[in-house]
Amino acid sequence: MALLQISEPGQSPAPHEHRLAVGIDLGTTNSLVATVRSGVATVLPDAQGRPLLPSIVRYGKDQVEVGYPAQARQSEDPKNTIVSVKRFMGRGVKDVDHLQNAPYDFVDAPGMLQLRTVAGVKSPVEVSAEILRVLRERAEMSMGGALAGAVITVPAYFDDAQRQATKDAGKLAGLNVLRLLNEPTAAAIAYGLDNASEGVFAVYDLGGGTFDLSILKLSKGVFEVVATSGDSMLGGDDFDQRVFCWIVEAAKLAPLAPRDMRLLLVKAREAKEYLTVHQEANITARLSTGEVVDVMLDTETFCRITQTLVQKTLVPVRKALRDAGLSAPDVQGVVMVGGATRMPLIQRAVAEFFKRDPLNNLDPDKVVALGAAMQANVLAGNKPQGEDWLLLDVIPLSLGVETMGGLVEKIIPRNTTIPAGRAQEFTTYKDGQTGMTFHVVQGERELVSDCRSLARFELKGIPPMAAGAARVRVTYQVDADGLLSVTARESTTGAEASVAVKPSYGLGDADIERMLRDSFEHANEDVHARALTEARVEAQRLAEATQSALEADAQLLSTDERATIDQALTALRAAVQKNDHRAIKHASDALNRATEEFAARRMDQGVRRALAGKKIGSL
Amino acid sequence: MSRTSAAAGKALTSNGNPFELFGLRPAFTLDSEALERAYREIQSQVHPDRFAHAGDAERRASLQWTTRVNEAYRTLKSPVQRASHLLSLHGVDVAFETNTAMPAQFLMHQMELREALEDAVETKDLPALESLQGKLDDDARSLEAQIASAIDHKKDYAAAAGLVRELQFLHKLGAEIDSAYETIG
Repeated sequence: MALLQISEPGQSPAPHEHRLAVGIDLGTTNSLVATVRSGVATVLPDAQGRPLLPSIVRYGKDQVEVGYPAQARQSEDPKNTIVSVKRFMGRGVKDVDHLQNAPYDFVDAPGMLQLRTVAGVKSPVEVSAEILRVLRERAEMSMGGALAGAVITVPAYFDDAQRQATKDAGKLAGLNVLRLLNEPTAAAIAYGLDNASEGVFAVYDLGGGTFDLSILKLSKGVFEVVATSGDSMLGGDDFDQRVFCWIVEAAKLAPLAPRDMRLLLVKAREAKEYLTVHQEANITARLSTGEVVDVMLDTETFCRITQTLVQKTLVPVRKALRDAGLSAPDVQGVVMVGGATRMPLIQRAVAEFFKRDPLNNLDPDKVVALGAAMQANVLAGNKPQGEDWLLLDVIPLSLGVETMGGLVEKIIPRNTTIPAGRAQEFTTYKDGQTGMTFHVVQGERELVSDCRSLARFELKGIPPMAAGAARVRVTYQVDADGLLSVTARESTTGAEASVAVKPSYGLGDADIERMLRDSFEHANEDVHARALTEARVEAQRLAEATQSALEADAQLLSTDERATIDQALTALRAAVQKNDHRAIKHASDALNRATEEFAARRMDQGVRRALAGKKIGSL
Repeated sequence: MSRTSAAAGKALTSNGNPFELFGLRPAFTLDSEALERAYREIQSQVHPDRFAHAGDAERRASLQWTTRVNEAYRTLKSPVQRASHLLSLHGVDVAFETNTAMPAQFLMHQMELREALEDAVETKDLPALESLQGKLDDDARSLEAQIASAIDHKKDYAAAAGLVRELQFLHKLGAEIDSAYETIG
């Protein structure tokens, strides 16, 4: 495990208090929460000592069960027991494979599908939020206080819609989402810090429903993702599906009722897991029709029926290597992540491809949560500068815009380091044209129809001009979470027209607020108390950061500027003493505005110092 | 809607000179180590991970700076963009989209490579694709050496512009080879 850290005398890491921060692995099959305690990352177990939380939510008429209790009743109440909800995040009905094999009542909603349950129609975001809420409560109970923030992991190959949905779920669960972190990158952090590794590593992450392959360069204090690829619709669940289909065929079963379907899927999963250490698995089940299933699955047959899935994972492996400009022998180690990599046939295929034994020394179920906890600890500011590390990640899929003829013009190509921003100019094609429609897409194909549509928006109010005279600058900005925002601006004439969009999937900020309110009522928490606590934590964080910035760099401000900031700071501290969360929010915003210029100057100064240091160092 | 910008994907905040940003002498021949070092030094100062717990103002400044640093880094890492940028500093526009004139010999060679690519795709010949990729990499390296000589030594910017257009041409073929790998699987 990581070394214990001892700080230099007089430079103890805590003039401020230790902020409670967690890493959450929101998995298809299981979810975990971890934190860093005394410099060591640990998974937080539930009251019974179990580290995993099955990602299963069962909706009853007036209560919601999450985890093991929901799992226990999944076969008896399949329609209201949602498993593998991660597969539906940011997805429409037509995007999901094997929909016919899922025993749910789907509702086709714009942007993202929904599920009809006995407790009403639920979006995958709400279902995921139930899982996150249980983990938040577990962490708060165990750590004895409200969380300052959380890092939630996502498959590296998740697109913008899936990432946005995950972040929304975090907010809905009452979490301050510090960052969305790619799962293979989280694993690399846990692994790299644990082993002080240097060089090129591949992370092969086969989870319950997603597959990622990332190539990273590890060097002292820097984790740089060079390329990432994957398949967000391929995982351990697909192996269960193959076994399920094999059972149906081998036992010559007629079309099944939902509960029998779920029963056999559970049996299929058990057989798959059993075959990890045995040669044969006996599958027996009594169906609701009274029919008895009794079949034997051996490893040879299992390999045969899942061979195409194993091969399917190697396609992204080759693609990522090509994108990185590397070949298999350049890779110094292959880290195995995700419960599905326990399957011997996966281990063999990876060993054969890379011509080296894969690395399995960290628990493949826990490594992502541990890495996320380490990153959360850094993001919360619990590590002094110099002991932290730099993480450079990329976007997995190209972002583009539709042009004439349904073609895609790529604006930010895949594997671009984030944060990234790029602009492209467009013009009108008709005289006097006053509006322009933009269609934002994500994907690698040339035709719009083969890519994922993220958003459509219209820029209105362009002053009438001759065709080709207007200059509309479309800017794509991807933040550190890998989330996109787009602005368009016409600025030839004095009259400016501009529009900004954040692609979102049927969930507006108002929807989230409403769901948040509902969920707190449901959880018997006081919405106002929670809002007040959050506003206070946020305000104190801001006041503290401003204070230390003033102490460090007061020389960057004129007397007047200093006075303005001091005034805003005093106002915020006064507001925190009162019980009005809106007033606190208002004062926070005011302080943020007052420090805008100061922040920019400090950043410039930081860059100048960094370069000056380099020049001295390189002499 | 049609495209007007000649320089596709210009840096978001292209007002800064990327060489200056990293404290490097403007030249086509790149001191990769110095670039890498400067890039990491700056990133460690401005990266959003350093400001996740800071106020909105600092987070925004951090996002803008990091975006700018990443774009500048990308510009310098890419031979085509690095050369285009240097040429623009000397008042020469590479004009990828308006100037398509190429030497006949270069075009002939390109046509041969393209035919070889089509054959490889048709016969699903992976080794042929790999050898083609190898040839292309060799050609690109040789072009980059010529560009370095034209810009850094001879200061013949017009000739360099022609070579940069050829290099861009090769990159397009490279992208086609990439998608061919996916077609062949």
